[in-house]
Amino acid sequence: MTRIDRNAVEVHGIVKHYGETKALDGVDLAVREGTVLGLLGPNGAGKTTLVRVLSTLIKPDAGTAFVGGYDVLRQPKQLRRTIGLTGQYASVDEALSGYENLYLIGRLLDLSAKDAKARAFELLERFSLTDAAKRPAKGYSGGMRRRLDLAASMIGRPKVLYLDEPTTGLDPRTRNEVWDEVQRMVGEGSTVLLTTQYMEEAEQLADELTVIDKGRVIAGGGIQELKTQVGGQSLQVRPTRPAELPEMARSLQEAGIPATFSEESGLLSVHLTDEGQLTTVIGVLGTRGFGVAGIDTKLPSLDEVFLTITGKSSVPAQARDKEPVA
Amino acid sequence: MSTATLNPAPGAAPALPADDTRIGLRAHLRHLGALTRRNLMRIKADPESMLDALLVPVIMIVLFVYVFGGAMAADQHTYMQYMVPGLLGTTGLNLAMALGTGLNTDFQTGVMDRFRTLPIGRSTVLLSKMIAETLRAVVAFAVLIGFAMILGMDIVGGPLKLLAAVGLSLVFGASLMWVSMLLGMSLRSAQAVQGMSMLVMMPLQFGSSIFARPSTMPGWLEAFTEHNPLSALADACRALINDQPVGNSVLTVLIWAAAITVVTAPLAVARFRKRT
Repeated sequence: MTRIDRNAVEVHGIVKHYGETKALDGVDLAVREGTVLGLLGPNGAGKTTLVRVLSTLIKPDAGTAFVGGYDVLRQPKQLRRTIGLTGQYASVDEALSGYENLYLIGRLLDLSAKDAKARAFELLERFSLTDAAKRPAKGYSGGMRRRLDLAASMIGRPKVLYLDEPTTGLDPRTRNEVWDEVQRMVGEGSTVLLTTQYMEEAEQLADELTVIDKGRVIAGGGIQELKTQVGGQSLQVRPTRPAELPEMARSLQEAGIPATFSEESGLLSVHLTDEGQLTTVIGVLGTRGFGVAGIDTKLPSLDEVFLTITGKSSVPAQARDKEPVA
Repeated sequence: MSTATLNPAPGAAPALPADDTRIGLRAHLRHLGALTRRNLMRIKADPESMLDALLVPVIMIVLFVYVFGGAMAADQHTYMQYMVPGLLGTTGLNLAMALGTGLNTDFQTGVMDRFRTLPIGRSTVLLSKMIAETLRAVVAFAVLIGFAMILGMDIVGGPLKLLAAVGLSLVFGASLMWVSMLLGMSLRSAQAVQGMSMLVMMPLQFGSSIFARPSTMPGWLEAFTEHNPLSALADACRALINDQPVGNSVLTVLIWAAAITVVTAPLAVARFRKRT
């Protein structure tokens, strides 16, 4: 398969204010065709507002956005044929059965009665809902409902899928089912914009990440890229004699390297901010004669990345304030 | 291939075509059919709502005719001929009020958002609700009239005049659908819509000529009752069914219906547009 570097979603300087609240304050992002962009951010960061703008549910105050090449403001109807939405809000009709929900959406997407029926059964089968097809959706479990939601968003074979916190509140097994289904859709060529609060989910599904906070993009890039960007690696040393841990830490601190240790895990941790530090650590430990049983460097977890980025977000935000707002 | 975009860069000449996928009449009708079907299935899935629409008039007939009937008129039959046509008039309007509740639920549950991400006309959603409520009203009329006839009510005016009474009631009910829509979109929950509708409807229903002659009421209430559109509606239905002269009651109902529509329909549509 040839790689096509085109953007299925493009967002330029989108602003949405609710009174004093700046839900979106000049957001730029792009999702390449056939990839998954993970949109991360704490509660109230503006993730859902952005998805609503991109689904034509709300109009932005400023900025432009294109989905599948269609302008959210000027070509809403064409755009709606391109997208599918599964979210915390866009929902199925609980009084209707799973089948009736899917059939209705098929008809509203201009499928013939026959095609709408066939498509509904196809998706029910695919999402393991065939047995529950004729039962009202209000009797469905959380996982079944979410699967029906996903199926509903896929009736029209959308090129771009928005998944707004698709696994919030699901048990691990159901969550894995949803993940499998998302991966399958991407395999079939869909582009996905995924909002989530779960780092694990982003790591599992996303090709690239964009972190937003207080309506602004505060970081973005590949997962590895983001991890290194946040601050190097973390070094963990396992001493042969755990009793020496406090002394090891003190020696390193004397050498100007901040080190922490945990007696519980028996590990000494050093946060490496430049490459020379690793040599210094090994040198210090060697000359002082500490026994080292094991040594390991690792990138910070996405959770650490997320906390670091959102924790210091006020600094770059202030820097950006000086730029003119488009 | 380097990163290319599917659209001209922002700031480039706006060469984009306008939203060219106009929805054709046939597509509109198909959407309308699908959504009406959905609304009817909702009624089927929630039989209690239908029970409410059917049982309340039936209970009212039994209650008023047999409990108060003898005291209100010479005999129960005479009172039935007086009261039931008036009650008929209000059936359409009770059902109109259900529209707001349904609309409110659709907004609250996110179903409306789902519809809004589909390429359909937004008015189709509304129109389908009106059609479903009207169909429901027709069923309610049939039950009410059938039940009253079993109890011995005479349709003196004949079937055509009966149809005219039902039609008049539907026309007036349709004008109240706009009011109901406004309530449905203005209040927070479906329960609030229901409560508010009750609050408005109760005094209007009882402060009318439906159950008792206004001439028996104290002066201030009589004045209110005489100008209450439900009195005109009750008088018109009563005259049609009992084959009496309608006077200007039919015209009064039509003027009221037109006035309510002219005032509330644009407000309701504007509010709906703002929220969708």
